[in-house]
Amino acid sequence: MTYTARFRVWRGDADGSLQDYDVEVNDGEVVLDILHRLQATQAGDLAVRWNCKAGKCGSCSAEINGRPRLMCMTRMSVFTETETVTVTPLRTFPLIRDLVTDVSYNYRKAREIPSFAPPPGVAPGDYRMAQEDVERSQEFRKCIECFLCQNTCHVVRDHEENKPAFAGPRFFIRLAELDMHPLDAADRRPMAQESAGLGLCNITKCCTEVCPENIKITDNGIIPMKERVADVKYDPVRWIASTIRRRRS
Amino acid sequence: MTQLERHAYDVVVIGAGGAGLRAAIEARALGKRVAVVCKSLFGKAHTVMAEGGIAASMGNVASADNWQVHFRDTMRGGKMLNSWRMAELHAKEAPQRVWELETWGALFDRTPDGRISQRNFGGHEYPRLAHVGDRTGLELIRTLQQKIVSLQQEDERETGDAQARLKVFAECTITRLLTSDGAVCGAFGYWRESGRFVVFDAPAVVLATGGIGKSYKVTSNSWEYTGDGHGLALLAGATLLNMEFVQFHPTGMVWPPSVKGILVTESVRGDGGVLLNSEGRRFMFDYVPEVFRAKYADTEAEGDRWYDDQANNRRPPDLLPRDEVARAINNEVKEGRGSPHGGVFLDVSKRLPADVIRKKLPSMYHQFKELADVDITAESMEVGPTCHYVMGGIEVDPDTQATVVPGLFAAGEVAGGMHGSNRLGGNSLSDLLVFGRRAGIAAAEYVETLPAPPVAADADIDDAAADAVSAFDQADGENPYTLHAELQQTMNDLVGIIRRRGELEEALERLATLKTRAARVSVEGHRQFNPGWHLALDLRNMLLVSECIARAALTREESRGGHTREDFPTADPQWRRVNVVCHLDEPAKHGWTGGIALDRKPLRDMPAELLGLFERTELTGYLTAEELATIPDEAAR
Repeated sequence: MTYTARFRVWRGDADGSLQDYDVEVNDGEVVLDILHRLQATQAGDLAVRWNCKAGKCGSCSAEINGRPRLMCMTRMSVFTETETVTVTPLRTFPLIRDLVTDVSYNYRKAREIPSFAPPPGVAPGDYRMAQEDVERSQEFRKCIECFLCQNTCHVVRDHEENKPAFAGPRFFIRLAELDMHPLDAADRRPMAQESAGLGLCNITKCCTEVCPENIKITDNGIIPMKERVADVKYDPVRWIASTIRRRRS
Repeated sequence: MTQLERHAYDVVVIGAGGAGLRAAIEARALGKRVAVVCKSLFGKAHTVMAEGGIAASMGNVASADNWQVHFRDTMRGGKMLNSWRMAELHAKEAPQRVWELETWGALFDRTPDGRISQRNFGGHEYPRLAHVGDRTGLELIRTLQQKIVSLQQEDERETGDAQARLKVFAECTITRLLTSDGAVCGAFGYWRESGRFVVFDAPAVVLATGGIGKSYKVTSNSWEYTGDGHGLALLAGATLLNMEFVQFHPTGMVWPPSVKGILVTESVRGDGGVLLNSEGRRFMFDYVPEVFRAKYADTEAEGDRWYDDQANNRRPPDLLPRDEVARAINNEVKEGRGSPHGGVFLDVSKRLPADVIRKKLPSMYHQFKELADVDITAESMEVGPTCHYVMGGIEVDPDTQATVVPGLFAAGEVAGGMHGSNRLGGNSLSDLLVFGRRAGIAAAEYVETLPAPPVAADADIDDAAADAVSAFDQADGENPYTLHAELQQTMNDLVGIIRRRGELEEALERLATLKTRAARVSVEGHRQFNPGWHLALDLRNMLLVSECIARAALTREESRGGHTREDFPTADPQWRRVNVVCHLDEPAKHGWTGGIALDRKPLRDMPAELLGLFERTELTGYLTAEELATIPDEAAR
């Protein structure tokens, strides 16, 4: 089953425009296949980022008919043959050209999260953890860093001014992953609230909806982190205890 | 002189997969300033696609496991053509490399007593693969990526600059290594985003660019796998070893066409899945070769019992090394017992409960559901061989990963020797860690020995720049996409799983024509993020590598591991003693358009203590009479 589809693709930089293409579509193909066909036949210089084409690397993120998705995991069969398929770059990040954006914001945020703190005195090979205890963090480590959650989050999507103070959903689950790690020796709750901007999230769950790995970002990551932060911040006994500890050290 | 950006480092690592990142971490830990240069974004390297696990004889599940057994399995898998020294180092050091990952934050699946769980895999005598579901490669890359971030955080605290001693140059392609008096002095490349040129001045370069799969039409490899490191090494005067050995993973997806080649992890079989032909028969029982017969079940009942009781049963032949399984599938399809889309069936739905499948093989469940509308908990998958890995690669010193070019090192898939003629599943991720670290150490130590770093000649840089943009000056030339498609078809049809003299000769003729046409390739547009231009440059490396594979395949007149000659169907013990080594003829004069020349070099003899790990009767399947005569009888050993 082959047909000709109408594609509308963003071309150029921020001053560019949508351009129409008529392009062949075959049975079982995904949106990325169609863009590759465009490159090979009509637009040799069409800039597209991609790697594995199997939903594992998180490189080919874009907005397809307005919805943030991986191009390699969006089958053409979800559209009707007469429907125009519009492909635009991620809106939250500065556009470089065509479908490629500057995602360096995410790499800067990654460097702001304190790394895993190994438990003192435990030699390599002596780590012991129960499967049920590692599973909570393992869910977050499924993240393929496609940054669709970062792109869709309304705190930064049209609010460049929030970016310096807001790490975004991807890094909230990184904080949650470390906080729930059975052997991590650091306390990440103050950081989550103070510099990562966890308080700016008002749990609309848009991030969870677009996650191609089906990670329950909000329910399993952000909300438990908010509760943990609240424990320290608002429980009077803990507040006094932490104040005393801080003075002693 | 060419306008360009210039950076000076002690060590430049090309490639940001498992081997490259591990090398960079080690060189930085030894106090060197290190740059990692990669074609994609940081954290997207092909390593993320590894599914099954990391092989290391930790003995967490089977306490009888140890490095000697792992070494023996690796050599058997490679049909004894491996660099025994690399296989030995690999087996000995893999457990430490895995444990070290835990101290950097990796979270592997656990045993009931809280240790790292280990799973079964083809060719491994014991359950040996540390894993995280079926996304182990992602865990590996993320752990190394996060370790690099933690080193950058240390540097930021100390110097105020996170990237003072370790910097990742992402989306940057290296097109040429720079040399001075035959020794490495840097690398020339361009930013993919802007097309601007960049020179790295560095006395030591570690190549960790991975494989070559994009030269084939059906492959599990990503676009990055264009043999760049192989090409760069040849142009710098280094040599490639045993390039004829290409692994076709037995189980790639075969339908729909757009996903043809995408990997279906071996864990499906390790966890209980079985291969069936169109008659519903478990055909692998018909394909157990003589050398493996004693180790594999000969009835379905015994094979099935093995999953629960490995001490008293032999493993099912579905778990034979990959080359055996790929050839068997190929033959079933050829003889008309294939599935509707030209593969065979792989079924786990009747073997395990649905919830266990979703738990143990989550990304396989997801992949088939989303891309093929197949629910693997209810129906069989259709699978067939896909180009997956190249065992051959840059010839290196087994202890230091040094190539024949001073200052040039290679680790991971781009390096040759470790896996012999066929790699066992799980041995790749451990290879990256063991030899990535060793390359990092050796590169750092090499830099120490130099009184002053060598400097690139301006003329060489100008030449590299002119060469990189030549496709823009060519009007109405060849389309790089068309040439790439023809190359892939040629390699798939003529240098695939089963090879024949006539077809290999035809392949070489076609490759020669493609090479001439590639010199006239033209690209449209400008240099900013231009995929047509990127492909035009990658194409040169793919053509060089393809020629090496075809020439080496024509030279080796036997069948062994990932190289099967229909006209020479058996393994020849005389050929087991031979490494086929390629080099580029006068690279300084002809560049990538030069010819490939071949040499035959003898393998080093395995020392007695390693030979002693094998029973003499097993060795008779591999060694020449002359070699066997030097080995004492069982009683005397």
